Amino acid sequence: MDFLEFIADINWGSALYQLLIFSLLIWVVSRFALKPLLGVMQKREQQVNDNLDNAEKSRAEAEQYLEQQREELKNAREQAQEMIDNANKISEQQSREILDNARSEASRLKDAAVADINREKEQALESVRDQVASLSVAIATKVIEKELDESEQEKLIDSYLKEVENK
Amino acid sequence: MDHQDLVWTWSIAGFDLHFNITTMLMSTVAALIVAIFSIIGARKLAMRPTGLQNFIEWVMDFCRNIITSNMAWQTGGRFIVLAYTLLFYLFVANMLGIPFELATDTDHYVIWSSPTSDPVLTLTMAAFVIILTHVYGLKIRGGKEYFLDYFRPSPILFPFKIIEEVSNWLTLGLRLFGNIFAKELVTVLLVSLTGLGAAGILLTWLPLAPWLAFGIFIGALQAFIFTMLSMVYMAHKVESH
Repeated sequence: MDFLEFIADINWGSALYQLLIFSLLIWVVSRFALKPLLGVMQKREQQVNDNLDNAEKSRAEAEQYLEQQREELKNAREQAQEMIDNANKISEQQSREILDNARSEASRLKDAAVADINREKEQALESVRDQVASLSVAIATKVIEKELDESEQEKLIDSYLKEVENK
Repeated sequence: MDHQDLVWTWSIAGFDLHFNITTMLMSTVAALIVAIFSIIGARKLAMRPTGLQNFIEWVMDFCRNIITSNMAWQTGGRFIVLAYTLLFYLFVANMLGIPFELATDTDHYVIWSSPTSDPVLTLTMAAFVIILTHVYGLKIRGGKEYFLDYFRPSPILFPFKIIEEVSNWLTLGLRLFGNIFAKELVTVLLVSLTGLGAAGILLTWLPLAPWLAFGIFIGALQAFIFTMLSMVYMAHKVESH
């Protein structure tokens, strides 16, 4: 069997058939299976990436919210503290004011009462004095009318004179 | 005992074109299996894959790993279909001969065996891959770079580069053929021991079971090696180094 005969004896037909069917297989598999599959795989990859990005974003947002809430809570607490302080201050001030008012009112009332009492006393004394004077004048008139006789007048005048002499 | 292939000859324009019917039949069966599995697996595509789609995606991932271990993904991404088809087709082809081999009674015409035990088929596949590497080398890197590569790193290496191309083709095809052919041959020899009677049946079963297990291993390994080397040769042609 020489070389040419050997070459000619090779099953070239099945070799051609194999080339054909394998090319066809690649085409069919690519067209009907792998192209759509690759599309889905790519889409899934994209989705996973997107999900990861979204999760990262959500986490950052949540952290931001948390920070914000914390800040707000702090503010609220500070505000509440301030309100309590203010209320304390105001109540203290008010109580002091009320006390002061009461005290001054009391002293004013006392003063007024004292003045009233004094005035009343003054008036009473005045009227008593007036009455005493008029009474004593009346009494004196009566006494003088009744008892002042000649001798007594004499004696009285003498005593006055003596007194004057002694001075 | 002399196994022979069913050969059909078609005389065309004074030339005899030989067709090996067995190989063609088995190759078609393997191609059909691959096509059917792939299409069914991709029929109901879901974002959350189940069943066959999971399997197909796993094979795709496997091929992606083969490619990325040889070249950059932006260059190699286009070869994933080739890698997937090569791997799946050769695996199925190698497995076809495992469960049984059919032969006609009197003339021992083989009608069912691994198609990859035919050197014509394996060398055709290897030639297909090698030709594709040249086509993509020209297409991706341009004619100048492609031809200059034969003289790198030194012009003295030019003849060796030519030899390399031929030997790449021969080794790629013959490695697959040799492994699968030897597996089939030994299987046939073991099975023929049953002719010895009752003791022969025992003698057959004892070594046959581990041998077929080994055959599965060889078939898977050779499919992987063929795909891997295809991508290695492809990387040599399409990537500058």
